[in-house]
Amino acid sequence: MIGLEHYLGVAATLFVIGIFGLFLNRKNVIILLMSIELILLSVNINLVAFSSYLDDLVGQVFTLFVLTVAAAEAAIGLAILVSFFRNRGTIAVEDVNVMKG
Amino acid sequence: MIQADLNIILPEILLAVYAMVALLVGVYTTKDKLAPLLTWITAAVFVLIGAWIGMAGGGENIAFDGMFVDDGFSRFAKVTILLSAAAVLVMGQDYMSRRGMLRFEYPILIALAVVGMMMMVSAGDLMALYMGLELQSLALYVVASLRRDSVKSTEAGMKYFVLGALSSGLLLYGASLVYGFAGTTKFAGIVEAAGHGHIPIGLLFGLTFVTAGLAFKVSAVPFHMWTPDVYEGAPTPITAFFATAPKIAAMGLLARVLHDAFGGVVGDWQQIIALLSVLSMFLGSIAAIGQRNIKRLMAYSSIAHMGYALMGLAAGTAFGVQAMLIYMAIYVTMNVGTFAFILSMEKDGQPVVDIGALNMYSKRSSGKALAMLILLFSLAGVPPLVGFFGKFYVLRAAYDAGLAWLAVMGVIASVIGAYYYLRIVYYMYFGEETDALDEGRSPVQYVFLMVSAAAMLLGVVNLFGIEGVAQAASMALVN
Repeated sequence: MIGLEHYLGVAATLFVIGIFGLFLNRKNVIILLMSIELILLSVNINLVAFSSYLDDLVGQVFTLFVLTVAAAEAAIGLAILVSFFRNRGTIAVEDVNVMKG
Repeated sequence: MIQADLNIILPEILLAVYAMVALLVGVYTTKDKLAPLLTWITAAVFVLIGAWIGMAGGGENIAFDGMFVDDGFSRFAKVTILLSAAAVLVMGQDYMSRRGMLRFEYPILIALAVVGMMMMVSAGDLMALYMGLELQSLALYVVASLRRDSVKSTEAGMKYFVLGALSSGLLLYGASLVYGFAGTTKFAGIVEAAGHGHIPIGLLFGLTFVTAGLAFKVSAVPFHMWTPDVYEGAPTPITAFFATAPKIAAMGLLARVLHDAFGGVVGDWQQIIALLSVLSMFLGSIAAIGQRNIKRLMAYSSIAHMGYALMGLAAGTAFGVQAMLIYMAIYVTMNVGTFAFILSMEKDGQPVVDIGALNMYSKRSSGKALAMLILLFSLAGVPPLVGFFGKFYVLRAAYDAGLAWLAVMGVIASVIGAYYYLRIVYYMYFGEETDALDEGRSPVQYVFLMVSAAAMLLGVVNLFGIEGVAQAASMALVN
């Protein structure tokens, strides 16, 4: 029988993978965007699991809001990425380093 | 029913509708030629809505079944946000026009960010909180990379976006845990589930994640990494905006979550906030010492100031919230003046950010140097200027709440921090002679610099009465 704990476990694992993806990734900014998406989706799993467990619709409404905002966020992230690429000609994470200190 | 709810959020609706109408007008008419006018109109709209909210009657109005709260606290925060946003828009218009980066989208994005901030300080539900926060953040990511032909500006936008999205993710994960363990997203329901003095472990995890997410937004250490880079990379008028309105909104939101949703378990979050406060004060004061770039320096300065404001919050009392509100209002006034000065720093029409360029500045324009001296002393918290009273309030709040060690740390950090403010004063009055900066060309910046400096002197009498207003506001939040 798959219960609430399993869903929460999957969500927590995805969340941690997302966080590690943000911090350990040294290659490509696109991977950062994917990690952010992973974090938001793990939250959605959490919300839907709780919503079903509590028999309360609010969690699913919240999920719809999160999905919408995640789409807007990805659009803005990609737009900033494109203008960055036009200036620098690269999207490697280690090249995002003009300012330091 | 719905009519009454809509009446309560009328200011937000009007501002959002204004932003959309302005966008349509901008797209279908002359586009960027309209931008200077649009900037002034947007600032006027901010001031009008701010006056309207300020004049509106007291009391607490709750809309949409507790999702949106309009009380004394939110009104105080909204008026401060609207007025500071208007000041920053007007101040930067000339700077941006002359460098050809004033696009008509700029005032519109700021208006949308302000709608988000008003939503944040009025949130009574985790969903309302998240939507407000994202509306603000998404607009600010774009504004930070407004100069899309500049490497620095796009890099600032990129860094802000990645770390901001991470913080939203942390906050959201915390919100999902809070929802699961409290069974509701409404603050009124969460405060019951959290109980008094004993909090379920799941809620505690949720609380910690939400606090971490919000600490990113107020740029408290150890979540401050984005601040210096974003301040340096973004165009200066936008840096000025980052240093003012979003800080009040994030601080207001933090106070609202901590008191409205977790007001019964002060002991559980007090230690987190106190730790954030100490770290921010010290890192902000020490890391700024090595900075030559005045925008980076102001970034570390704002980190340190957020540490002091958090100290008021860490007290966990109504007086603590009052001290925090007074501190934020004073901080914003000082920053508007300081950035008006930074915006006017230029040589041969190019902006200058190195503090070495201020050498012997007092010889050439003594009035502006004197105003800047007053502002810097006030930022450092030297008595008898107004900045000192802000620090005095938060220190007393922490001391009264039994956090004497925190107050002592605050005093030590403020002495360290005084060094880099006074160093600028030293350059202006005793430095070696170097090439002169241009005379400031914008009368608007001059006026804001002078008014802000005068406020630091004249406010000593009674702080312009914000003390009483802030007290009423804090009573509305903490009960």
